[in-house]
Amino acid sequence: MTDATYVSPLAGQRSTSARFGRIALRAGLYAMLILFALWYLMPLFVMITTSLKSLDEIRTGSLVALPREITFEPWRIAWSQACTGTQCEGLKPFMWNSVIIAIPGVLISTLIGALNGYVFAQWRFRGANMIFALLLFGCFIPFQVVLLPMAKMLGILHLAGTIPGLILVHTIYGLGFTTLFFRNYYVTIPQELVRAAKIDGAAFFRIFWSIFLPLSLPIIVVSVIWQFTQIWNDFLFGVSFSGPGTQPVTVALNNIVNSTTGVKAYNVDMASAIIAALPTLFVYVVAGKYFIRGLTAGSVKG
Amino acid sequence: MSNLLERWVPKVVLAPTFVAVLIFVYGFIGWTAWISLTKSKIMPRYEIDGFDQYTKLFATPRWDTAMNNLYLFGGLFIVISMVLGLMLAIFLDQKIRTEGVIRTIYLYPMALSMIVTGTAWKWILNPQHGIEAMVQGWGFAGFRFDWLVNPDMAIYTIVLAGVWQSSGFVMALFLAGLRSVDGEIIKAAQVDGIPNWRIYTAIIIPSMAPIFLSAFIVLSHLAIKSFDLVVALTGGGPGYATDLPATYMYAMAFSRGNLGQAASSAMIMMAVVFAIVVPYLYSELRAKHD
Repeated sequence: MTDATYVSPLAGQRSTSARFGRIALRAGLYAMLILFALWYLMPLFVMITTSLKSLDEIRTGSLVALPREITFEPWRIAWSQACTGTQCEGLKPFMWNSVIIAIPGVLISTLIGALNGYVFAQWRFRGANMIFALLLFGCFIPFQVVLLPMAKMLGILHLAGTIPGLILVHTIYGLGFTTLFFRNYYVTIPQELVRAAKIDGAAFFRIFWSIFLPLSLPIIVVSVIWQFTQIWNDFLFGVSFSGPGTQPVTVALNNIVNSTTGVKAYNVDMASAIIAALPTLFVYVVAGKYFIRGLTAGSVKG
Repeated sequence: MSNLLERWVPKVVLAPTFVAVLIFVYGFIGWTAWISLTKSKIMPRYEIDGFDQYTKLFATPRWDTAMNNLYLFGGLFIVISMVLGLMLAIFLDQKIRTEGVIRTIYLYPMALSMIVTGTAWKWILNPQHGIEAMVQGWGFAGFRFDWLVNPDMAIYTIVLAGVWQSSGFVMALFLAGLRSVDGEIIKAAQVDGIPNWRIYTAIIIPSMAPIFLSAFIVLSHLAIKSFDLVVALTGGGPGYATDLPATYMYAMAFSRGNLGQAASSAMIMMAVVFAIVVPYLYSELRAKHD
């Protein structure tokens, strides 16, 4: 327990004034922490309350006021009626697009990443480090630099504006991170294990299947969550490579919010934003630990 | 025989990724670099023409604005996120009873799409119904908070929303760092009666140098790639006031039909990223060999 190292340095001083000072300090500390918690929560609070108000109430009421009369109409409109450009079917079809882009994208890139990581960690050959460096480097490029040739390539492959095209893009540019996750995880597994298995006559895939894969659940969760969040929240690839009807939900949300026709329906905008955010928020709430591990694994190695 | 086969398996497994990276990362960078040296407009042209696109780019006021915005936004975004993240991490490190809950609250914005973040803040910051209207409603009739529509201030709304989204993540990084500092050293310092704040400034924070570096790399990377946030929050406006290189590149590529300009601006973006990341990766990979 590392917590135990933080025994208060003031523990030795027992005078009342010191104790009073300590209590005041603690109170101030909690006040600050709560203040910041409110700051982080405020936009979510405003989004939820706004999405439950009628437009009249939004116009007359205050930003942070609770709804006087709760209405779910904006949610219904956001889900099935709001206009994204010329199409007025709400977010529903685009949520589905995001789902069918994300699921194969996550699974394929995680599977390949696991095998790659296994090679880089346990089956190093001459030049493997060089390839790893090249791959790692690819994680850091600004995607703008591949946007134009990718558009051309998707055209050549007849995948422009299609869901499979977007799956391909997300899989390729996710490989760097998934490989990194698995490599860093498998490096900690002693090489003696592989050597012993080899002496027993087990081969590459057999060792992977019966030794490494059963140990991999935590890192699979990290990789799946990371890739899912990346793909679900992506906007740049979605807006660049999708066609009418194949846009992911982030693009549809942006279109709803910025559509200039009719009265500005802020409550529908907010309901749409929450709907688009729900899947990743859900993942974060149920598996926050792994979410954080993915974030930190992507930046702090080892 | 089977031994020979066995030696090839790892290479065969890695081959598709290797080929994909060569084509889709390095080949594509090469293609963009090539196009940036041509006179390409709507369609790519392949006759090399020299560095005209770059000369033109640097002479474009809109690009100038975009680069200045990148420095301003990037600088503030990185510094504020780091300071705030470190501060919150130290606060949370004081044996806070509800740490788990508070940490969850601080970090949830990182799970949101920047489009969602931008949409939320656009609503909060809009002068007609947002914070300005709210404070005016409290009786402060002269209150002004029109950053979103003020060309001089709009870039700061991007900073605000960006910090809101990313500072919790920096907090988590620093908190993990604080927890990994050797407890024995801290105990020894406490036994010697060294005050708490000195323990932080003289022992804990200096030992977290690698984490500062990681946070800096991640944040600068986020800053340079920021595209979604600007699109959702300001659309690059008012006018071009909040344009970033990323939005400039996108406009040239997809609405202006100027591939040459798009390619050259993308190359400059990559140069900026590489100037930051290459030394970092180099030292990381070297450290591993030693």
